[in-house]
Amino acid sequence: MGIISRGFGGRRRDSAPDLPPGQYLTQDFPVLSAGPTPRIPLDRWSFTITTETGRKHTWDWAEFTALPAEEITRDIHCVTKWSKLGTTWKGVSLDTLFEDVETAADYVMAHSKGGYTTNVPLQDLLDGQAWIAYEFDGEPLDPEHGGPARLLIPHLYFWKSAKWVNGLEMMHEDEPGFWEAAGYHTYGDPWLEQRYQGD
Amino acid sequence: MAGTALPGRLIWQAATVSAVRAETPSARTIVLDIPDWPGHLPGQHLDLRLTAEDGYSAQRSYSIASDWPGAGPVEITVQRLEDGEVSPYLTDVVEPGDRIELRGPIGGWFVWRSAQPAPVLLVAGGSGVVPLMSMIRERGRLRARQPFRLIYSVRTPEDASFAGELRRRVRDDPGLDVHFVYTRKTPDGWPAPPKRIDVATLNSHGWPPDFAPDVFVCGPTSFVETAADILVALGHDPSKVRTERFGGG
Repeated sequence: MGIISRGFGGRRRDSAPDLPPGQYLTQDFPVLSAGPTPRIPLDRWSFTITTETGRKHTWDWAEFTALPAEEITRDIHCVTKWSKLGTTWKGVSLDTLFEDVETAADYVMAHSKGGYTTNVPLQDLLDGQAWIAYEFDGEPLDPEHGGPARLLIPHLYFWKSAKWVNGLEMMHEDEPGFWEAAGYHTYGDPWLEQRYQGD
Repeated sequence: MAGTALPGRLIWQAATVSAVRAETPSARTIVLDIPDWPGHLPGQHLDLRLTAEDGYSAQRSYSIASDWPGAGPVEITVQRLEDGEVSPYLTDVVEPGDRIELRGPIGGWFVWRSAQPAPVLLVAGGSGVVPLMSMIRERGRLRARQPFRLIYSVRTPEDASFAGELRRRVRDDPGLDVHFVYTRKTPDGWPAPPKRIDVATLNSHGWPPDFAPDVFVCGPTSFVETAADILVALGHDPSKVRTERFGGG
């Protein structure tokens, strides 16, 4: 236990069940982005998985939204300390997108419009753990929350759920993405409170 | 886009509050003596942890307001959020002599590095001024040559933190300009009615996109979205516009 803060009672504990350590509950949907919000017209949207051999699998918006989609309800946890419970999304499972992708690489770099990147092990994207989401709460995903489509990996801190995602690149070695190179944890498990390098 | 690696791990340590200072009726600066502070870059933040007697604890991130001359205390400036859990404790309860756990510095993107030669445009909404103030103070201490412009949106004149210090710095430093935007109430004799930040504000009081300034925008989400959209529409390179948005409490 840490140093007792004289006169600090804490207010939110009753309304915050089952949160990862150091998180608090919010009803809002705060925004965390490194720069301006890009506006991506749907007729210019595409999503590409590039394997370690350079083979590309690309979907345009019509092809992507014609894929089988899932309704997803999950808790999300931002490294800036807020958690939001029971968020509802619609998106395409990465299992579906990887169906015809042949790869022996274990790591993935997600790329987004604007140059943002984040690294994830492939095994964290498969087996029903991750999606490319394009609806939130029954509505098209708002640009400031990553629309038209974002990665959704709810079991990791939310910066891993890259907004405006436009591609996944397979890698043999794990390399740090944008926030990871700026001092954030390379994996980011909220239940282990892996916020920063060394946590 | 590349950040800078921060070496080592961030360890929780106990800081001692050495002074507190009211900035506005709802914002307070807390001066912290931190025994083992590695130094920070302007724009970085720290994580602070409060613990109740029964062991319940709460963490929040706060931007650092002070620059880092190589030694001395570290200052954070905290805005009270009425429904907040941690901020009212910091603005209303904490006193000199209290100890607070923290770790940092954190963040390698929303920082100004004095080696960057470009002019700098700072755009602040409310308490978003705090990390930008650290940049202004760093610039002043280093007598840096990059000219700075700050556009600072507040509801009323009474809501402006650091107002006296900014006035003094502008008077003494020809390389620093500050322009206030008042959204609810202007000072007496102000030439325009209250308004929100708009194209004209950023066009007249920012740098032209041709100067390729480094731009830092910090404030509530809606403010940052508006300002960043206008900057991109005016022709600023999106990769030169760094943003920090805050929400929650």
